[in-house]
Amino acid sequence: MPVARVPVPQPEPLEPCPLQPQPWDDRRMELILGNLLRSGVLLSAAVVLWGGCIYLSRHGHEKASYRVFVGEPSEFCTIPGVIHSVLNGRGRGLIQLGLLLLIATPIARVAFSMVGFALERDRMYVVFTLIVLAVLLYSLLGSGIGL
Amino acid sequence: MEFTAVVAAVSFVAGLLGSLTGLGGGVVLVPLLTLIFRVDIRYAIGASLVSVIATSSGAAAAYVKEGFSNIRIGMFLEIATTFGALCGAFLATRIPTSSLAMIFGAMLLYSAFLSRKPRPQAQRNLPPDPLATRLRMNGSFPDLGGPRSYNVQRVPTGFSLMFGAGALSGLLGIGSGAVKVLAMDQAMRIPFKVSTTTSNFMIGVTAAASAGVYLSRGYVDPGLAMPVMLGVLAGSLLGTRILFKAETNSLRLVFSVVILVLGLQMLYKGFWGKI
Repeated sequence: MPVARVPVPQPEPLEPCPLQPQPWDDRRMELILGNLLRSGVLLSAAVVLWGGCIYLSRHGHEKASYRVFVGEPSEFCTIPGVIHSVLNGRGRGLIQLGLLLLIATPIARVAFSMVGFALERDRMYVVFTLIVLAVLLYSLLGSGIGL
Repeated sequence: MEFTAVVAAVSFVAGLLGSLTGLGGGVVLVPLLTLIFRVDIRYAIGASLVSVIATSSGAAAAYVKEGFSNIRIGMFLEIATTFGALCGAFLATRIPTSSLAMIFGAMLLYSAFLSRKPRPQAQRNLPPDPLATRLRMNGSFPDLGGPRSYNVQRVPTGFSLMFGAGALSGLLGIGSGAVKVLAMDQAMRIPFKVSTTTSNFMIGVTAAASAGVYLSRGYVDPGLAMPVMLGVLAGSLLGTRILFKAETNSLRLVFSVVILVLGLQMLYKGFWGKI
């Protein structure tokens, strides 16, 4: 059997970048972040499901129609409105609360990564994370949802 | 009740197929809701957006364990995607729904085209880019023959493209994986597995940036978002579990044909002002 003469391209290992921080720290941070995300999603899904059961048990017989866009009443569009309707035991309020928790999950992830970068003393990435966090908080609070 | 059950079932299938084929479930959800269930496209986008946050965050834990994602690349590009998403969401509240439908249709056609194209060649031994080095983006990931390092290329091009990806995500309520492929795989030459898992990490943050705008404008209806979010989440979680056992090539073909048909319909209906 002839020996294959085709030269196999050997990937030369690249020199590790000297600026690269210890991979161990990033790795640990990623694992914590992953678990944080999963718990946030499961929690919010549970709240949405709970609210959904209440909503369907009360309004399940009504015919749903989303053909015409009318927008939602303010009790489902703002954080205080949602909290108010949850306290009144409304199913749809609970669903919106679950969705708010869902939106908060990636925001919590970003906030936590900032702590991680600060622990690694990576100032540049602390600043980057702050910018992202500012945009997220502006979107959530500046769009009128907090009112 | 029936409506909720049917929407949940359809969302489940969309989430399952989306995760099995790697094309994302959100991309078929909005056209299905608008074309078949006659839901106003604004409600559909609002429901799709929250389900995008759920699937990307839900899958993140599984991806992270494999050690492919690069949080520095993700965090840096998130600056671009969140600004883009905010702009996209504000734009979405101002442009007519027929234009939204047409942009969506074009996006679907592009996704279908991209899913039939072979992956870009895996990068080998690219020289380190000074900017990427300064930003500490270069890294390594586990490969068959031990850890393989990679050097990220063309950071400014990738950054601008990611702004576009964020804007599309905010405008259409999708994860916009197709633009991500353009930015991270082709411009920045990030290895496929690293770019896929890193972008999954980013999608949730990007969607959260526009979700606040959508919620406050009344685009997120609890009665519709509930079955959509729960259905897509359950489908995609199941999809990631059976991903390695299933034969996905023929599935990918079927799914891309579905995307193509939905895209043409969205373009047609949008053009004649029927959406």
